[in-house]
Amino acid sequence: MNIKNSKVLQVENLSVSYKTRKGWIQAVQNVSFDLSYGETLGIVGESGCGKSTVAFAIVNFLGPNGKVTSGSIKFEGKELVGLSRRELNRLRGNRISMVYQDPMAALNPILRIGDQLMEVLTYHRNFSKREAYEHCIDMLKRVHMPDPEAVMKRYPHQLSGGQQQRVVIAMAMLNNPALLIMDEPTTALDVTVEAAVLDLVEELKSEFGTSIIFITHNLGVVARVSDSICVMYAGEIVERGHVGQIFENPAHPYTRGLLRCVPLLGTSKSSTVLRPIRGRVPPPERRLPSMCIFADRCGHRENQCVDKKPNLREIDPGHEVRCFKGERFLYISLRDRRSAQKVRRIGSSTCAEKEKPLLDIRKLRVYYTQKMRIGVKHIVRAVDNVSVQVNPGCTLGIVGESGCGKSTLLKAIIGLEKVRDGKIFFQDKELDTLVVHRPLDIIKEIQMVFQNPDSTLNPAYPVGKQIERPLKRFKTVPRKRVREEALRLLRAVRLGQDYYHRYPRQLSGGEKQRVGIARALASRPSLILCDEPVSALDVSVQAAVLNLLMEIQNKFGTTFVFIAHDLSVVRYISDYVAVMYLGQIMEAGPTQRIYEPPYHPYTEALLSAVPIPDPDISQRRIRLEGNVPSAMNPPSGCRFHTRCPRRHLLPDGGKICQEKAPEEHVIDKNHTIYCHLPIETLLELDPVVEMKTS
Amino acid sequence: MPSRDGYPTSYWSMVWWRFKKHKLAIFSLYLILFLGFVAVVAPLLANNRPLCASLNGRVFFPIFQQDNILDWKKIRKHKDWHPFQRFEHPGSGWALWPLVPYSPTEYNLFEILSPPSSRHWLGTDDRGRDVLSRMIHGARISLSVGFVAVGIAAAVGVVLGGMAGYFGGIVDDVVNRIIEVLMTIPTFFLILAIIAFLPPSIYNIMAVIGITGWTGIARFVRAEFLKLKELDFVMASKALGASHRRIIFLHMLPNAMSPVLVSVVFGVAGAILTESSLSFLGFGVPPPTPSWGDILSQSRDYIEFAWWLTLFPGLAIFITITAFNLVGEALRDAMDPKLFQ
Repeated sequence: MNIKNSKVLQVENLSVSYKTRKGWIQAVQNVSFDLSYGETLGIVGESGCGKSTVAFAIVNFLGPNGKVTSGSIKFEGKELVGLSRRELNRLRGNRISMVYQDPMAALNPILRIGDQLMEVLTYHRNFSKREAYEHCIDMLKRVHMPDPEAVMKRYPHQLSGGQQQRVVIAMAMLNNPALLIMDEPTTALDVTVEAAVLDLVEELKSEFGTSIIFITHNLGVVARVSDSICVMYAGEIVERGHVGQIFENPAHPYTRGLLRCVPLLGTSKSSTVLRPIRGRVPPPERRLPSMCIFADRCGHRENQCVDKKPNLREIDPGHEVRCFKGERFLYISLRDRRSAQKVRRIGSSTCAEKEKPLLDIRKLRVYYTQKMRIGVKHIVRAVDNVSVQVNPGCTLGIVGESGCGKSTLLKAIIGLEKVRDGKIFFQDKELDTLVVHRPLDIIKEIQMVFQNPDSTLNPAYPVGKQIERPLKRFKTVPRKRVREEALRLLRAVRLGQDYYHRYPRQLSGGEKQRVGIARALASRPSLILCDEPVSALDVSVQAAVLNLLMEIQNKFGTTFVFIAHDLSVVRYISDYVAVMYLGQIMEAGPTQRIYEPPYHPYTEALLSAVPIPDPDISQRRIRLEGNVPSAMNPPSGCRFHTRCPRRHLLPDGGKICQEKAPEEHVIDKNHTIYCHLPIETLLELDPVVEMKTS
Repeated sequence: MPSRDGYPTSYWSMVWWRFKKHKLAIFSLYLILFLGFVAVVAPLLANNRPLCASLNGRVFFPIFQQDNILDWKKIRKHKDWHPFQRFEHPGSGWALWPLVPYSPTEYNLFEILSPPSSRHWLGTDDRGRDVLSRMIHGARISLSVGFVAVGIAAAVGVVLGGMAGYFGGIVDDVVNRIIEVLMTIPTFFLILAIIAFLPPSIYNIMAVIGITGWTGIARFVRAEFLKLKELDFVMASKALGASHRRIIFLHMLPNAMSPVLVSVVFGVAGAILTESSLSFLGFGVPPPTPSWGDILSQSRDYIEFAWWLTLFPGLAIFITITAFNLVGEALRDAMDPKLFQ
């Protein structure tokens, strides 16, 4: 067999349907692509676009209510559609492997890692136990698992998320598969861990020559790992091409829309405007076969787009697009998304230097006690000695990996969490009680927007009632004008009046999030705390919500504290940024300052890990070792010292980091870094993110 | 995962759609509704007074009147009896009889232990009382005991379980210990023990079954509340400064109802069974009030030849319990959030 020229996978005109109570519904239609040996194909698109369905169709995991209605899937020249379950099972174990989003669900919690790994070899390949063991150790080493012998003896819950995903990848690679399908493998992981897993994927490619299908919604991730990319929309491939082609010269309005939705690292709200794609992905039963699937949301729609359906056609060698006007877009650069000139700004920043901060937090500590066994209690130091100020009309962004105490800080401010020590001043009044004991006029001034759109609203009541409740409680408007005001708020968050009577179940994620914002706005607060308000949303919706928040700030001069783990989003929306690690602030200052040297070593590592959907930007590679330590037993001295990649720059190898907590270094006005390294050393470091000179 | 059927619909229509797929459960549901109907109109179905009668041109409704205008027993004894009956005693008139023209407590010593016949469709017992009439009135007792007892259990369970889940800490510990203690005692013997001290009355039985049967519901509600109180909308209402009462009853309870509903349906079946067992053992509803367990208990002495005394009430209990359990099972499946995808 001539491996070089033949394809490992050929998918032609694949259509997949699911049976629902409304009959058969087509989830994927006429999808064609092929994959060469050693190639990585990225499939991107928003949720509900059929990305995972394609992957499931290949391994025939569609479930009892799904079936391939037409088309063919050829794996190494062999037709998979219509193959018996038994033959497929053999292929799945041997030649095709799959890695899922949630590593915990892919590992059996009651078996040791070693047993699970070895089973693959003893079962599929008839290896002896000894051979299998050695093979597995070898594989764990290759996925950079520290201390593989010990890991083999552990249970899945004893590993961190990143390690679990490494084990899953190792397991998938054990049989040296020809095809590896990865379905959102890094979505559940923190940025720094994600970056390390992506490095691993790249290594696998070069080392094993495995072909990979990489499914993700994250444009930055796909830009980093893929050779070629399929952009899927509403069950169809709308654009296909090499990474360079897709990111440099996107030719489909949807691809272009997606790229304009994401803030690039380096853009801020005063220089760039995000352009959300209007509308939402149509549900399968509303996808008309006779017109362009994207026509409803397209800004370049013409008559022909509605009259007939465009075909996927080649406009450049290797670059196919499903749009009548593809060629024209090809040479219109998307560069304006980075430049300030052409952009209509929403308004100037309301943030200005004031003598009195609106919110002043001094040496705040929030500890939880966690009961381990009866009588044994552990103290979780969720927030430990945090001081930060926010001026009125400004946005403070807080970044950090999960478990670093961001959310706890917000809860302490709003009064949902007891403060152990330290003070919070709000409008010069001290907040020292839980929310239930606070006077109404303080409660109404501080409101919160929550992370999960699915749980932010009470499913039992219609939207209107939930917005009216704070209006009535705080008597924002006279009682008889409550309804009117609720409708006005709905309009303010760009939802029509007909949403008043709808139930949360009938709304999409972005719409629910807007209702949540409207509810927070109802009492006309001066401070809104946003707990990852966009991280669960699709990029196009995320852009709309971010724009909405900024409009609100411009209109009402509202102050925001904005939590996110996405550094690009925080960079975009914030005036000030605080970087948190294990309950402490590592670095804080004006946004611009944070994203350029001098960095705190942790900030540096975070910046290096952010996936950026722009091939023109290069990042220096800094990877953190190990995991975030437990907040129950934080490291002594500088909390970051166990993972710090810059410790060796200190003369004695960073002994002081273990012993003493660092003092604050005030670099210049407002910019502080908590590190033992002298500023001069930090200043000498190169910037992590750099534009490639073209 | 993408939602595969585009349009979101209301939770209850989804539950109903999934419930409908269980044909047997639907049948059981109709059966329960039918039983409930029978229980509600029992005095109109089985009574020794006519529904409506006319005497000398005057129409009246003996079933609703206590005064004895005529001795209806004598009139009914007419040989070829018919639901619509003309009679000449002492004047001329007509009477429209209920389907079963016997009251459940009416003795007839001339017809003791008579097998099923056209006069007594399901036979008579050792005092000549009509079994069908007793069973129809027994349905009232059984169902009302079932529903009221479970109502009490649900109220106690929801309040205690809700408080335990919501407040946590000491409250949670106390409620949990109570539940654990209650669960170590065999419920039926506990009930027997309590009943022995109380005056025999149907209300006492309801109350005792209720206050011993809330543990399961409390545990469900507690678990549900533990989950719900972490959700953002509860946080949001706390951030608005809402009171505990408001959060518990308006925000959390409506979202915790599905497991309660399922255990209520199973609970009704259990309570009916408990009541029947109590009556069978002679601790139940005081005579002469009819109940299914009571009829069964009488049948013990005549089981060798009076098969109808055992079979029919036994069947009634069996079918009712099965129907409730089937509905409960289907409801549980229909509400299983794991299947909502």
